[in-house]
Amino acid sequence: MLSRTADNLFWLARYMERAETAARLLEVGARIAMLPNSEQGYRNEWEALLHAGGSYDAFAAKYGDPVQRNIESHLFFDYENPSSVASCITRARENGRIVRTALTTQVWDALNTAFQELRQIEREARSDQSLSRLIDWTRRHCATVRGAIESTLLRNDGWDFLNIGYNLERADSTARLLDVKYYVLLPHADFVGSGLDNYQWRTLLRAMSLHRAFHWAYGGDITAHKIAHFLILNPQTPRGLVPCVEALNLHLDRLARYYRRPTQAQNAARNMMARMFETSTESVFEEGLHEFLTRFIGEIADLGARVHEVYLSGDVK
Amino acid sequence: MSVYFNEMMEKGAVRGPYSQLQDWVAQMPAELRNLKQAEAEALFRRIGITFAVYGEGGDPDRLIPFDMFPRVFSGQEWSRLERGIKQRARALNAFLADVYSRGEIVRAGRIPSRLVYLNEAYEKAVAGIRPPKGVFSHIVGIDLVRTGPDDFFVLEDNCRTPSGVSYMLENREIMMRMFPELFNANRIQPVEAYPEILRRTLASVAPAKCDGEPNVVILTPGHFNSAYYEHSFLADMMGVELVEGQDLFVEGEFCWMRTTEGPRKVDVIYRRIDDAFLDPLCFRPDSMLGVPGLMDVYRSGGVSICSAPGAGVADDKAVYTFVPEMIRFYLGEEPILQNVPTWQCAKADDCKYVLENLGELVVKEVHGSGGYGMLVGPKSTKEQIELFRHKIEADPDNYIAQPTLALSTVPSFVEEGVAPRHVDLRPYCLVGERIELVPGGLTRVALREGSLVVNSSQGGGVKDTWVLAE
Repeated sequence: MLSRTADNLFWLARYMERAETAARLLEVGARIAMLPNSEQGYRNEWEALLHAGGSYDAFAAKYGDPVQRNIESHLFFDYENPSSVASCITRARENGRIVRTALTTQVWDALNTAFQELRQIEREARSDQSLSRLIDWTRRHCATVRGAIESTLLRNDGWDFLNIGYNLERADSTARLLDVKYYVLLPHADFVGSGLDNYQWRTLLRAMSLHRAFHWAYGGDITAHKIAHFLILNPQTPRGLVPCVEALNLHLDRLARYYRRPTQAQNAARNMMARMFETSTESVFEEGLHEFLTRFIGEIADLGARVHEVYLSGDVK
Repeated sequence: MSVYFNEMMEKGAVRGPYSQLQDWVAQMPAELRNLKQAEAEALFRRIGITFAVYGEGGDPDRLIPFDMFPRVFSGQEWSRLERGIKQRARALNAFLADVYSRGEIVRAGRIPSRLVYLNEAYEKAVAGIRPPKGVFSHIVGIDLVRTGPDDFFVLEDNCRTPSGVSYMLENREIMMRMFPELFNANRIQPVEAYPEILRRTLASVAPAKCDGEPNVVILTPGHFNSAYYEHSFLADMMGVELVEGQDLFVEGEFCWMRTTEGPRKVDVIYRRIDDAFLDPLCFRPDSMLGVPGLMDVYRSGGVSICSAPGAGVADDKAVYTFVPEMIRFYLGEEPILQNVPTWQCAKADDCKYVLENLGELVVKEVHGSGGYGMLVGPKSTKEQIELFRHKIEADPDNYIAQPTLALSTVPSFVEEGVAPRHVDLRPYCLVGERIELVPGGLTRVALREGSLVVNSSQGGGVKDTWVLAE
């Protein structure tokens, strides 16, 4: 496969996953902002979200006050924000258009439909659009594209590159969402265990479509330890870190077998997995959740760079 | 009104090839027609076939109107066209092979040397090269118009990279999907083999240095190009890689593509970029689209480029007038298809005639395309005509003129129902080890009432083109 094609598939997946993350950020924000008694009103939470998305400075420069409407513009409609839903879906579709030949009609159809509907939404009056509708719309289309990939695409190297893109992006986004809750939303130790604390955790789980799953898996009260275990270490959690790293291993191993060539990326992913297996909830909190997540986000970025180097750059000899 | 040849109706009677369509259209209520039209449009949009034909520019996501009323040729009509088209494709290739070697036709005084060797499209860099099988132009698109039952004229030749063939294929797919009953009632020859024949044609001109199954690729300028859909469509249908310049590099005697498994040798490049952008070391140094060193590999027989660099010298509008001469000179045959009589403003006598008769003529720029830079005398205002007069007087070499042809019409779906609209035709002739032509082509239709300009940028649409089995 052309390196450029692999690169386009990789980024197609990353952008779709990133669009979903933007929608999830919006959902967390909207729910937390509905809670009346948070410390500084809406302001604090929305700012935290922008920090999580990594676009706080760009937002502040363009819009100033983080009121909900501006946040919606920024996270959904704004093409100047490379992580907005509109930017991501447009770029995912553009990547898809470039590699039409590597996609099935169904996958292209799903991408193109999302793009055409986005254009439609952009033409409608903003007042007709509830935030929940925009969030649902995004999630639905992300799921349709994902479903089309899983149910119609040949299980060849292209499928592996898509999955590597999805899982890198997903690991990064789960780690960031978790981090924003623990580190940014709740800066004072005396809040831990309070009603507000629990509400925020529930919202976080809900935004990842995981709040019911959590109760099935753990029961009882929500605690930081349980959530950390659920989102980081539990091999059953769909958006958890361990399953993402496992999937990255699976697909990098498949590629190495397929091309009959072991790579640096494969090694890095294996080492990452080995470290995850040695990790316990206790050790995470010992290191500090924020420190752990920061390190993890760094490792994921590093793995992405290696994938680029060994497969996507075109400099393979 | 009646001066135009209507391909369906002649003297109040339905012509043979269209006999099945009379009932079909009569039995279609307006609501159904609107429904089908909307369905067709949705299909086009969903498959993403949104581009401008012939590099007319504009919004890359624009749809070209699709007219559901098919254009039909009888097997007999087609077999004459086929012979004429193949004859022309052979002569054009013989001309190219000649002017890049000994130039016999120039020595024989059958064409002015200035028109060949001073032509912008003449590539000195390929002089002396004989490409595999001696073929320079592998895909020849010949634009035809019709003025009567047996009167076909060649409007222009396209020897470089004629586009629009994806429309020929997609139009057919969509018609078959929407009106299967028409295909049961008529014996319509299929066109779907085109990509397969194209692949075979390209593989047949692989360089001698290639052993084993040739690796054929399509070279595209990229996804911002208006014809990108067609490039990716053809790559998909042929099962070959669609590459950009950045995916290729030259090392040693060969051209390679960058893959996830390392470099892979490329044998045949079907390029959809212009000569000037192929190799920055040989042509335009500022080009980012091409592959540095590609021409050296080409010259040393490491890779085939289709169509060959320099093929454009055969489809220039000034050289066009000499194609009948080429047919006589190289093939010793009489041309089966006629040229449109053409006045060259470069010649003083012709220029004088043109200036005196601007109101009746069509004036074109020698290098123009897409229906721009063109004057249709009878449809123009006095001001427009005067504007052109000044342009021609300022730079006569840049203009040719032709009589306003009475382009044939085919019934088309318009707002008020069904009405005749003017059409042209572009068949795609493939030249490799063999010369092949699929029975069909792209019919463009001027959907505006009375308009003779079929370009999509000027309100033109497309139709499915049928050739009936004998």
